[in-house]
Amino acid sequence: MTENQKSNRPNRTNPVFVAIIALLAAGMAVAAAFMLVNIKERKHEQGNPFFKVVEIHDDTQDPAVWGKNFPLQYDGYLRTTDMQRTRYGGSEAMPRTPSQVDPRSTVAQSKLEEDSRLKTMWAGYAFSVDFREERGHAYMLEDQTLTERQRVVTQPGTCIHCHASTYLAYKQLGDGDITLGFEKLNQMPYSEARKHVTHPVACIDCHDPLSMSLRVTRPAFIEGMRAWKASQGIVDYDVNQDASRQEMRTYVCGQCHVEYYFQGSQKRLVYPWADGIKVEDIMEYYDRQKFKDWTHKNSSAQTLKAQHPEFEMWNQGIHARSGVACADCHMPYRRVGAQKISEHHVKSPLLSINRSCQTCHHFSEQEIKARVESIQTRTYNLRNLAMDALVSLITDIQTIQAVNPNHPGLPTARYLQRRAQFYLDFVEAENSTGFHAPSEAVRILAESIDYARQGQIVLRDASYTPNVSIVAIEQ
Amino acid sequence: MYKETVEPESGAVRTMRTTKLSIFVIFCASFLVGIASGLGGYTFYYAQGTSYLTDDPTACANCHIMQAFFDGWQKSTHHAVAVCNDCHAPSGVISSFFNKAVNGYHHSKAFTTGDFHEPIRITEDNRHITERQCRRCHQEISGMLNGWRNDLESVSCTRCHRSVGHLY
Repeated sequence: MTENQKSNRPNRTNPVFVAIIALLAAGMAVAAAFMLVNIKERKHEQGNPFFKVVEIHDDTQDPAVWGKNFPLQYDGYLRTTDMQRTRYGGSEAMPRTPSQVDPRSTVAQSKLEEDSRLKTMWAGYAFSVDFREERGHAYMLEDQTLTERQRVVTQPGTCIHCHASTYLAYKQLGDGDITLGFEKLNQMPYSEARKHVTHPVACIDCHDPLSMSLRVTRPAFIEGMRAWKASQGIVDYDVNQDASRQEMRTYVCGQCHVEYYFQGSQKRLVYPWADGIKVEDIMEYYDRQKFKDWTHKNSSAQTLKAQHPEFEMWNQGIHARSGVACADCHMPYRRVGAQKISEHHVKSPLLSINRSCQTCHHFSEQEIKARVESIQTRTYNLRNLAMDALVSLITDIQTIQAVNPNHPGLPTARYLQRRAQFYLDFVEAENSTGFHAPSEAVRILAESIDYARQGQIVLRDASYTPNVSIVAIEQ
Repeated sequence: MYKETVEPESGAVRTMRTTKLSIFVIFCASFLVGIASGLGGYTFYYAQGTSYLTDDPTACANCHIMQAFFDGWQKSTHHAVAVCNDCHAPSGVISSFFNKAVNGYHHSKAFTTGDFHEPIRITEDNRHITERQCRRCHQEISGMLNGWRNDLESVSCTRCHRSVGHLY
């Protein structure tokens, strides 16, 4: 090796070696810069920014205006247009040929076509004409305005109470007094009342525009809660003053997701809770009021239609007992950056199991879903048995009255039909297929089947005494 | 290359040229190494890197994803007697720092990419660490429950006492 070669060797390898180091260093610098920017972004998220873009006051009805200040919540709210099924609930977009009277190009699936026994159950009532799976909040006003039920009967303005943003309409009609406005709107025909409202349920129906805290704006719920609390010995209960924040996270939903009826000629919307909110309490209340929704076409029984008693059913379940509110599962917290917001895309918890259930239940999504569906399948199967039992009783009454209209067992059988039907409908119309209170739901269905059974016995042996007292409801 | 076309230069001239070149390359490399270590160092400082060497529970909530758990811990029964590391890091200096390094890597990766399950879940390995830490302080009782068994599955403390550290 010459002197030259010796000194050359390090000189030949050095630049390559150094270049590799340089490249690595450059890569590390890029990585460090990337991390720095990312950390900065994450830290920035923590700032919890709120930008007040517009003034919102008690007369701001348009949710798009509220949405300028609360874009994340508004974005979720808009997404209630989604149609997605779960195993037993949820709507599916069915194509439909628009017509002059009904311009909708999609509707939800018809429940009457899925189960024709419903037509027998509601024979003679508008529900036997058109009854579909409910769609998301965004459709509430449109679907109510355009249902075929509107064409077979004249509906009162009362119906608007829960199908539109009514707060401002009530306030304006009542000159600031929402109860007065409520009374006025109730008495209008539906088509007239419809002109006073524009939006489906909106921000203002649940939120105080100044503090954004929750508030109840539906007079029927305020009155219903007062009546229910009075039955427990609590006088002058005012839901807006006396309820806790966590209770309000249920009550704002309970404003509408309840059983109700239209009282007297004024068509006042009343929640039948003066005796309590369990199915037998409500049954007793209706019996005492001698109230009927319609006279059954096939059997002449004085029948009742139960409507979505989610609030009542949930109250009997373990989640209510544990202080879990509607919003905890149906509007679970969503993390947006470092912000925690309530999901305003109100929907089935089965569509967001991780956020709705896993916050408390540390099991896999698959297992949670399986548990829910096993409860629902059990309820659904029992509901089918109860439906068969009811249809069988209706058929028996029909057969016997055709032969002998004065059969001594008929009045009792008709009352038992009323009862079996209301109990069954209480579970059928309730939108959780039993999940809100599993054992309560199967208890109600079991009793419904028993009333149908007793009704059939009394038609065979008029001397049979049922285990409930028979109440005569006038034609 | 020039060896063939140009008159061979003297060894001294060639050495001088290559020395100039290598000085330039070394200068560039050092510059880059400097930038990398400077940026890295500042990032470490900005991300409060040294806080992770301590037992201070606020360090765990440096990233806002842990805020809810930190808030929960402040209201929990163990608030007065245990900080995050008492339950979530193994005892022993080396294993503790090794665990912190492994978790630190996973957490930073998840939080940077945003690719993680929400609500966040504890991994099996980390759950075992916590189970062991329960037994470490509550030896008298856990010894009676566990008996001769040393497995962490048949009797799990956190299955029933899930809320002692933080409710959420």
